[in-house]
Amino acid sequence: MPDTTKYLSHLELGEPDQTFLDTNELIINMGPQHPATHGVLRVILKLDGEKVLGTECVIGYLHRGVEKIAENRTYAMFNPYVDRMDYVAAVSNGLGYCEAVEKLLNIQAPPRANYIRVILTELNRLASHMLWLGTHALDIGAITPLFYTFRDREEILKIFEKYCGARLTTHAFRIGGCLYETYEGFEQDVTKFLKFVTPKIGEYEELLTTNRIWVERTRGVGAISAKDCIALGVTGPVLRASGVKWDLRKAQPYANYAEFDFEIPTGKHGDTYDRYMVRMQEMRQSLRIIEQAVGKIPEGPIMAKVPKVIKPAVGEIYHSIEAPKGELGYFIVSDGSTQPYRVRVRPPSFVNLQALDLMVRGQLVADVIAVIGTLDIVLGEVDR
Amino acid sequence: MLNYITSYLSSKSTPGQAGNMLWAFIYILLIFGGLSVAVIAMNWLERKILAHMQVRLGPMRVGPHGLLQPIADAIKLLIKEDIMPAEADKFVFWVAPLIVVITAFVVFIVVPFGPTHAVTDMNIGILFMLGVSSLSVLGVVMAGWASNSHYPLMGALRSSAQMVSYEIAMGLAVVSAILMTSLNSTGTGTLSMIGIVQAQQAQHTWFVFKFFPLGLIAFVVFAIAMVAETNRAPFDLPEAESELTAGFHTEYSGFRWSLFFLAEYSAMIAVSSIAVTLWLGGWLRPFPTWLSGDTWDFVFSLVPGVTFLFLAVLCFRSTVRMPKHPYFRVQTMGLAAFGGLLALIAIALFIPSVRDRIQDIYWFSAKVAGFMYLYIWYRGTFPRYRFDQLMKVGWKVLLPTGLGVLVLTAVWGVF
Repeated sequence: MPDTTKYLSHLELGEPDQTFLDTNELIINMGPQHPATHGVLRVILKLDGEKVLGTECVIGYLHRGVEKIAENRTYAMFNPYVDRMDYVAAVSNGLGYCEAVEKLLNIQAPPRANYIRVILTELNRLASHMLWLGTHALDIGAITPLFYTFRDREEILKIFEKYCGARLTTHAFRIGGCLYETYEGFEQDVTKFLKFVTPKIGEYEELLTTNRIWVERTRGVGAISAKDCIALGVTGPVLRASGVKWDLRKAQPYANYAEFDFEIPTGKHGDTYDRYMVRMQEMRQSLRIIEQAVGKIPEGPIMAKVPKVIKPAVGEIYHSIEAPKGELGYFIVSDGSTQPYRVRVRPPSFVNLQALDLMVRGQLVADVIAVIGTLDIVLGEVDR
Repeated sequence: MLNYITSYLSSKSTPGQAGNMLWAFIYILLIFGGLSVAVIAMNWLERKILAHMQVRLGPMRVGPHGLLQPIADAIKLLIKEDIMPAEADKFVFWVAPLIVVITAFVVFIVVPFGPTHAVTDMNIGILFMLGVSSLSVLGVVMAGWASNSHYPLMGALRSSAQMVSYEIAMGLAVVSAILMTSLNSTGTGTLSMIGIVQAQQAQHTWFVFKFFPLGLIAFVVFAIAMVAETNRAPFDLPEAESELTAGFHTEYSGFRWSLFFLAEYSAMIAVSSIAVTLWLGGWLRPFPTWLSGDTWDFVFSLVPGVTFLFLAVLCFRSTVRMPKHPYFRVQTMGLAAFGGLLALIAIALFIPSVRDRIQDIYWFSAKVAGFMYLYIWYRGTFPRYRFDQLMKVGWKVLLPTGLGVLVLTAVWGVF
């Protein structure tokens, strides 16, 4: 049997306790087949009883070489691949990639396309947060919210399906705008959904926000300071829960987010409870944005003038958007051919996962689960 | 011989007291069978009730409304390959589920389903129940240790710590209820399960309302501790699925696993029976003093039949609402047959001689069923406690509360 401890770089077992108790530290392997690691994350834990002394994440079980694939595909051909990274927020991934290439080509998506993009992206943010809430609650032991959130997420997926035919890996946007015109009754569907979902968010909160066990399980768990967040490059709700008001939708507005009025919810302590509250409020803010956008989708074309063969000039571009999980950036290097020379993705899940060790050190095993849940990682994005 | 069989029926005591081995054996078989049926029914009910709380349907395919699902599951478990991990301690691994399941069943010897409906009436009944049921922790630790694997080991350690700590709070609550039994002319209490219920009958009140709110607090302490004792949500850390995959029985599968399952549910029923016996008047019907008299006695004696009639009507209603497609013909017929069975039971329960004998059992089971529903409800509502928080609740909240209630009960009882 291979010795699992051999793979560890910094998790060395301490000397056995020389007192009469004769205890020893324990290394246990959590994952990749574990119900609560949100996919195929493998975490090696060094434990002293129930206390976590250190962790090491082993990733790459879902590595598909997305960035390498990009080098052998044209710009348009690579577009569907980005949906497979963060598959619960495929629309956001598509938006980031399309905008990055548009920036490289120096073209602008028409306003109508921008509105459709914002509505779908915010719907996707809701869907992603709902999935996060359900699975996070399930990890902490509340099994019911999962079914509530999946019920409501279904309505979002129905809208996606009606719009572009796909539910999860939507491939909704194209370089230069959108391929599909909104279907008959799109705006009514979205309005109906807004009416449907607003009380539902209250329903989730009723189950959890003031629930004594929930508060005890999340308050003070996996706390991380704003300074550490910035040092580790952690973004998204995790950063905002630590009190930093940083949201790319406001800080570097893309699409047409500058036109909408919304707030950036922030937390104070940077613990799991604050992250929960930040995400819950973000869901409400997303609803606000959709509400503003859906009433005034302008008429006009949905596609900018894009050359048939996309052949950007030699150069490089970095464009980032606020995905549900944090800053999602695309760094594209063009050598003037039809295929990108290099595509580098800055996935929020991958960067946020770095904070795991810092957040769980000295806490208990159960907290590791809570923290993995609250980081909201998707392994498709971590491994790419 | 015939005399031996029939003499018990007029003896007005439990088979154990009457020294009638034959009837004791029959009672044991009845309890064992009834318990197995209850566990199977509980399995189905839990899945259905939880499903409806979670906006889904639960089992719907195997039999009408999934009624045969638990049976299908049982068959699946029985014909599964029997896996024994290579690194496991063979003998301990084998014996652990047996200990758990035997302790879970043995406690039912003293559970009083009625004034005479118990296998025997021990004078230390409640002590016996607590003692034997706490032996199951031994099986749990053995299972975790013998698996020779990290997750089961941690699950077993958690569960032994949890069971041991909550037993103390549980014991204190129990003692305060037992103190209440001594409030009679002779001033002597009783540990006998039947005696405790009879004391409540004599004092014309259930102990949950006695010395309000002391009885209620003791009851609540017990009700919380018993959930922890049986490792159910929100105290299901030993088998915390999201942390320890399945806790102490991670390495078990097939029949051995089903023994743990059986033990878990019968332990739930056992501790609920203790709670019902000590605080909720055991087999006594509700409102014995407020709604007294022959008329009310008659009305309440009809309740068992009415309950089954209601269930039968529910069944028939679902039968009518089944899809009218040839594919569903067998299912529809099956549901109608099940409804018919329930209706037959209902009619049988209306027969005067059956009615009088069965209503004690009915009220006891109904109260226990209420607790079973609570268990399912907890599971659908609460997140899971963390280990340190669980210990905090046990030692810093329940234990002082239980102790305080005990002292106050004693003081109140004296004055």
